[in-house]
Amino acid sequence: MNYEVVIGLETHVELSTESKIFCSCGGHSAAKEPNDCVCPACCGMPGMLPVMNKRVVELAVTAGLMLNCNINRYTTFDKKNYYYPDLPCAYQITQLNHPICTNGLVPVKTAAGVREIRIKQIHMEEDAGKLVHGGHSSFVDFNRTSVPLIEIVTQPDFRSAEEVITYLNKLKSMFRSGGISECEEGAMRCDINLSVRPEGSETYGVRTEIKNMSSFEAIERAIRYESQRHIDALEYETEQLVQETRRFDEVSGKTFAMRNKETEADYRYFPDANLMPIVIDDQWLEQIKANKPVALDEKAELYREAGISEKEIAVLLADGKVLKLLDDTVSLGVSPKEAAAWILTDCAGILRKDGKSFDDLVITPEKLSAIIKMVEAGTINRQAGKKVLIAVVEQDADPVAFCKENGLDRKVDSSAIDAIMDRILAENAQAVADFKNGKTKAMQALFGACMRELKGAGDPQMIKEILENKLK
Amino acid sequence: MNEYAVKINEKGVIAVDDTILVKDAECKAGSKILTGYKALFSAEAVERLEKKGYAVSGKTTVGEFGLDLVGEFAYGNEAEGALKGAAAELVAGGEVKAALAVDMNGTPRRAAALSGVAFLKPTYGTVSRYGVISCAASGEQVGVYAKGADGIAEIMSVIAGHDGKDGTSLPEASYEYKTDLPLKGKKVAIVKELLDKADEASKAKVTAFAESLKKNGVVVEEISLPLADAANTAWQILMCAETCNNVSRYDGVKYGYRAETYKNIDELYVNSRTEGFNFLTKAVILYGSDVLSKNRYKDCYDKSLRVRRVVADAVKALCEQYDALLTPACGKTAFDSYDIHEAFGRVFEQSAFTAIANLIGIPALSANGVQLMGKAFGESTLLSLSKSAEGKGE
Repeated sequence: MNYEVVIGLETHVELSTESKIFCSCGGHSAAKEPNDCVCPACCGMPGMLPVMNKRVVELAVTAGLMLNCNINRYTTFDKKNYYYPDLPCAYQITQLNHPICTNGLVPVKTAAGVREIRIKQIHMEEDAGKLVHGGHSSFVDFNRTSVPLIEIVTQPDFRSAEEVITYLNKLKSMFRSGGISECEEGAMRCDINLSVRPEGSETYGVRTEIKNMSSFEAIERAIRYESQRHIDALEYETEQLVQETRRFDEVSGKTFAMRNKETEADYRYFPDANLMPIVIDDQWLEQIKANKPVALDEKAELYREAGISEKEIAVLLADGKVLKLLDDTVSLGVSPKEAAAWILTDCAGILRKDGKSFDDLVITPEKLSAIIKMVEAGTINRQAGKKVLIAVVEQDADPVAFCKENGLDRKVDSSAIDAIMDRILAENAQAVADFKNGKTKAMQALFGACMRELKGAGDPQMIKEILENKLK
Repeated sequence: MNEYAVKINEKGVIAVDDTILVKDAECKAGSKILTGYKALFSAEAVERLEKKGYAVSGKTTVGEFGLDLVGEFAYGNEAEGALKGAAAELVAGGEVKAALAVDMNGTPRRAAALSGVAFLKPTYGTVSRYGVISCAASGEQVGVYAKGADGIAEIMSVIAGHDGKDGTSLPEASYEYKTDLPLKGKKVAIVKELLDKADEASKAKVTAFAESLKKNGVVVEEISLPLADAANTAWQILMCAETCNNVSRYDGVKYGYRAETYKNIDELYVNSRTEGFNFLTKAVILYGSDVLSKNRYKDCYDKSLRVRRVVADAVKALCEQYDALLTPACGKTAFDSYDIHEAFGRVFEQSAFTAIANLIGIPALSANGVQLMGKAFGESTLLSLSKSAEGKGE
């Protein structure tokens, strides 16, 4: 018999905000020591009250708009009760009754065709801390506590691992380019709800949930393993399927039962009286819409018009981080085509040489645009620009300071080149004679000598013109 | 009284109760579970008083998490004999000019009535709850004890007003509290259902107060508010649920009391909480968990939220016809210490008089042995009515 796999996803995405969701602690990802990034509020000390971070609402709404959701103008927070040492208040602030976004739609394109994945809801919530076990003790680190998350819940609309991975890559690309989330390792976590049924069946099979997956590669393996387990159970009666939560073991590539759904804790959700309902009025919504990043397919069109090749567009769209770098660099006054070339050719080349990928790329749009502008203005030539880029990518150097320190930024005007050229021609009488005798290669040697003299400064085009004029 | 410092200046000293944080002072909300917990910061109300030159001079004991009648079950300081309430007694004895207390279930309003002083629970959202060891966030509010209306107005004008650190704080920057509004022609309604619940002595206080008002040209009528009982039940449900949730953070892991023996994390929780909470708190936790459980939520918690709306509408309609509602502040004029196993029932019974104001956030003033309630932000009317009878009703 043929079977159909049915999958629904719950995806937690850490939002890129400067501070936590209910307090002003910031920079948790840069925290070096446990509990470096905590305050009485995110530690749940008595007397502290949560105060809503408006930016979280704006990013959640933006994500909702990207996923074609209905934005709920009235949204509230609820408390979810459970005991765990990494949860300082013994409850998590989340949204149950009035989530911020509902009823979205995301088209997902695979070799099997396009499938429309329905988004049930997007809600905002706070992250928990983490436990560190060592020796005979366990330690609690609250750095991550109260970091803002959105949870995106889909309907059971996926039919294959490919669709799931394509969807996740799409989210990653959209959220990175839109400044919603960095989507770094661990900042995007999935719960997979999976069941299997005979092809053509209208009812769902027994559902199992695989919790807390973050690597896409592991997600794909987990889905393949779990679907096969379900199919074997149905086809060969290898086991009796029960509704339960399972854990994927990356080493063995198998899933294991964690606990039965029937005995699952009652989380006793109820409204959080410390947080007033949030009302998103027309003005606020319009403001968020106005700042919403351009959709990916619209972006592709813009790049095409700017003269970027299809191959380059494909690379840009697949990696939200690169896309964001490009857009931010362009917003600083650089042409898209020029920015794309520097990122996709020059940056990529440097990374490749070091055996790295775009994920390792550390360069701010400010630095990149500074380099490109210096080259465009002729302050340095392209060759020198590449040197600067290497220093920035590899050592996070400051472009302007680097040019100064290495004598690259001498803006050389034509009269200076003129003088140097006269000297070089005088010193290389033989080469000049060769050229006049028809050896065109001799000109290349003179050009090189001039470039060496200028140590890479000066506009090559200008040098070439001056040389040609003098040799006429 | 648990004093941490006495600073006296000409403006008079203020005591705060043990559910209100004062930086570097041990703050344990009357509970063993918070033993040794030193506040990292002061409550906003305390900060505002100190900025204005008031000396916050001491902390007064409260019953564990303010759940009892008037503070009789404070850990290590259980009351014996006649119940008065620590802060109310200090104010009555003139040892402090005023005192701050958290009104979560009518405790300070009862204490004021028993000790012959005044206490105002202001409109919800007017005084910051930042720095209050919170139990029932949706109805608790910091209020003021003083000998009379003027003392309350003075302190309220200092502590009330918007605070960005409290998401439930209303946007108004400050409020004005008057005690001398003209009374002639004002209308006050005695709530029959609540009057009927009180003993003769308490009823007599209401009657005496009403007579005094009439002499000042106030019209006093009796009205019926059949929702009074439902309001109390609803508030007890919400209060227990919210308290159960808010005290769940006291688990022995991070601060406060930790049991000496435990074999694993579950035992650490269970033993610390078993030893750290008193019987009344445990009853509230159990009741609160029950009303929030999947099977009961709709019939208990959710229904209480709906009752809250209906009561708010009914009281609002009454407040359009009357300037204030007059009721007893509690059912008896004196209480003796009793066994904690009876506490849950006793508190339920006595909070019948006070629960409406916590449930729907309206101001309530306990003074002259009676309670006045009014519409939101109607404090000045209540204070003016009360002041006219000061010293006359007793």
